[in-house]
Amino acid sequence: MGFKHEVFEKSPLLLTIGILVVVAIGGLVEIAPLFYISSTIEKVNGMRPYTPLELTGRNIYIREGCYLCHSQMIRPLRDEAERYGHYSLAAESMYDHPFQWGSKRTGPDLARVGGKYSDAWHVAHLDDPRAVVPESVMPPYKFLKDNLLDGRTIAADLKANKTVGVPYTDEEIAKAKSDLFTQLDEYADDYDGFMARYPGANVRDFDGDPEHATEMDALIAYLQMLGTLVDFSTYKADADDNLR
Amino acid sequence: MSSSVARKGMGLDVLTLGVLLSVLALVSLFLTANTHDPLMKVHAVILLGAFVLGIAALFMRAAGGLGFDQSRYEEGIIKAGVVATVFWGLVGFLVGVIIASQLAFPNLMYFEDIGWLNFGRLRPVHTSAVIFAFGGNALMATSFYIVQRTNRARLAGGVWPWFVFWGYQLFIVLAATGYVSGITQSKEYAEPEWYIDLWLTIVWVAYLLVFLGTLWKRKIKHIYVANWFYLAFIITVAMLHIINNLSMPIGLTEHKSYSLFSGVQDAMTQWWYGHNAVGFFLTAGFLGMMYYFVPKRAERPVYSYRLSIVHFWALIFIYIWAGPHHLHYTALPMWTQTLGMTFSIILWMPSWGGMINGLMTLSGAWDKLRTDPVMRMLVVSVAFYGMSTFEGPVMSIRAVNSLSHYTDWTIGHVHSGALGWVAYVSFGALYCMVPWLWKRKRLYSNDLVEWHFWISTIGIVFYITAMWVSGIMQGLMWRAYNTFGFLEYSFVETVEAMHPYYIIRMVGGLLFLIGALIMAYNLWRTARGDVRKGEVVPDAEPLSIAIPTAN
Repeated sequence: MGFKHEVFEKSPLLLTIGILVVVAIGGLVEIAPLFYISSTIEKVNGMRPYTPLELTGRNIYIREGCYLCHSQMIRPLRDEAERYGHYSLAAESMYDHPFQWGSKRTGPDLARVGGKYSDAWHVAHLDDPRAVVPESVMPPYKFLKDNLLDGRTIAADLKANKTVGVPYTDEEIAKAKSDLFTQLDEYADDYDGFMARYPGANVRDFDGDPEHATEMDALIAYLQMLGTLVDFSTYKADADDNLR
Repeated sequence: MSSSVARKGMGLDVLTLGVLLSVLALVSLFLTANTHDPLMKVHAVILLGAFVLGIAALFMRAAGGLGFDQSRYEEGIIKAGVVATVFWGLVGFLVGVIIASQLAFPNLMYFEDIGWLNFGRLRPVHTSAVIFAFGGNALMATSFYIVQRTNRARLAGGVWPWFVFWGYQLFIVLAATGYVSGITQSKEYAEPEWYIDLWLTIVWVAYLLVFLGTLWKRKIKHIYVANWFYLAFIITVAMLHIINNLSMPIGLTEHKSYSLFSGVQDAMTQWWYGHNAVGFFLTAGFLGMMYYFVPKRAERPVYSYRLSIVHFWALIFIYIWAGPHHLHYTALPMWTQTLGMTFSIILWMPSWGGMINGLMTLSGAWDKLRTDPVMRMLVVSVAFYGMSTFEGPVMSIRAVNSLSHYTDWTIGHVHSGALGWVAYVSFGALYCMVPWLWKRKRLYSNDLVEWHFWISTIGIVFYITAMWVSGIMQGLMWRAYNTFGFLEYSFVETVEAMHPYYIIRMVGGLLFLIGALIMAYNLWRTARGDVRKGEVVPDAEPLSIAIPTAN
């Protein structure tokens, strides 16, 4: 045997290089192909970027650490499909920077919570979870109703998303701030333009307080669209493109 | 090179650090003046204050003459690291008890007007405080101790090790204040936002250079095995940290950023990072600690040098692949899941290589378990390491994971590793180092170490058994069907069933915290030079700070 482990023990540089090479391999093999193997993300109809209001709500969801207790990833297991709905597709989080799959279900999965409860239920529940679900261990989020939206950074938010690959148009970025408030009002001037930009978006006052645009509006707008975008009537799980 | 000089004025280390701090002070002044982001403003002011203080401290030390006596070990920084480790440990354990009690008693522990006290904001404070603040300081302090003693060289870099120490504390403060005020990028164990990540990168590269520089000055031909593990930990954490935190800030004066990756790729990158925060931060680094303190305390050589070589390279090669087991049955492609599962199972072997090497080192010294509670703490830590590195591969099997994932079983698994292994080996190292560093002949009280050991061991047992029961029960309840073929339980019924176990878990955590408080008291009295009355323990000679000259 010509090789002796001594060479690593006597040279910090060789030891450093050796370590780097050895620890780089696993990541290269497991992560890099996900960016170019085309079947990694299924071909679906219906996915669109978040509206400014939904994105704002999503950022509140992140800020409050909701992902620490709620997953957004339904596994292809019988009980989960019956409890939560169709298993989650990779395509459904393709615009999620970062992903919100979560790792723990102290509370239920939220991947398809959109449309399952009324807005009023969400308001009451976020206000005081135990008023609606006595056994709940969720914290109260009453303060969301007092925090007003000003849209100060929303255009910059969309722009940063575009930089990392979300297909926002220049028009959407330019109108981000007005779209934020348009989604809260069915009679807004730009309603038709908004609906053309974000097909299928829910437009209404979400928090029962039409006078104010609040964080409660944004968070509920986000919750109410979760898992509702993909058109499963046209999704073919067995198509060659989708086998993975 | 003269053996003893008190250097005056500006060395290269002082100059470079002075320039760096001045530039950063200007950057944070610019931030303070220009940001419209109220959260960023607070952090910019903290940064500015820290950099100005740093410059002032540098000036005062440079003016007072920097005593870098190359014939002696640098121990001041290790003492500071010991204090920081104990302090952050207590903070982290306390926050853990608080959030555990929130889940046990939500009616008492939530306040609707105090949103920042909610579970979602405090949980990252707990995880970061125990992993990065407590564990990180323990790793830095012990690595600085070990790299000097096993290479017979004073720490390299002059004032730079102090930059690493204080820079790291600044990172902790920024991260924790960020979480409670709502600054997070939501990647578990990588929550700090882009500018805090950049700051940690600077500190970490300095840490790597100090460590490597000390290896370069060594007076021992062979680099001792503990240093390999520390080096692998430092290098790999740098790689993981940089890649997982790649993101696009919405503006240079805004705290918010968006991850460069999305969805499935983002998930894979995050758990490649997340699992190796366990593999390299919480395992490789602490194995380095074990490879020094276990043989030292047992006064026996490491059991097998060959085994340490084989399990070192195998461990660092295989750990990196294990991340996808966090994503079983998700939208991650099946091939990646299978690779992750396979390597996780293989990982059992190199993990147990470390356990065997640690335990067998006690051959011929097993009687010390009876007489030396510090030795017992170290040995039990290795035993917990063996247990959780067996449990991990089991849970990584896809079929097992379909039950355990999303439940408290995972939480229990993490804590058997974090409390039983990481914290215990750190406690053992602290009990060894405090008398050595403060030049005392013995600990203040061995009886108090016994109390610490037993109270926290009972705490750990409460904790992990409660989580095993609640996790497996919840997993089974979620998939239970009644005779009509419908789901047996609603989700909230499974939450209700958790209640008694959440109380037991909270009590377990509380016992662990009490044990750590006893340790803090014991170490404090030891550092003061007190000896508890009525305890008969043989004195040891205090270790010399002088670097031996003969090879």
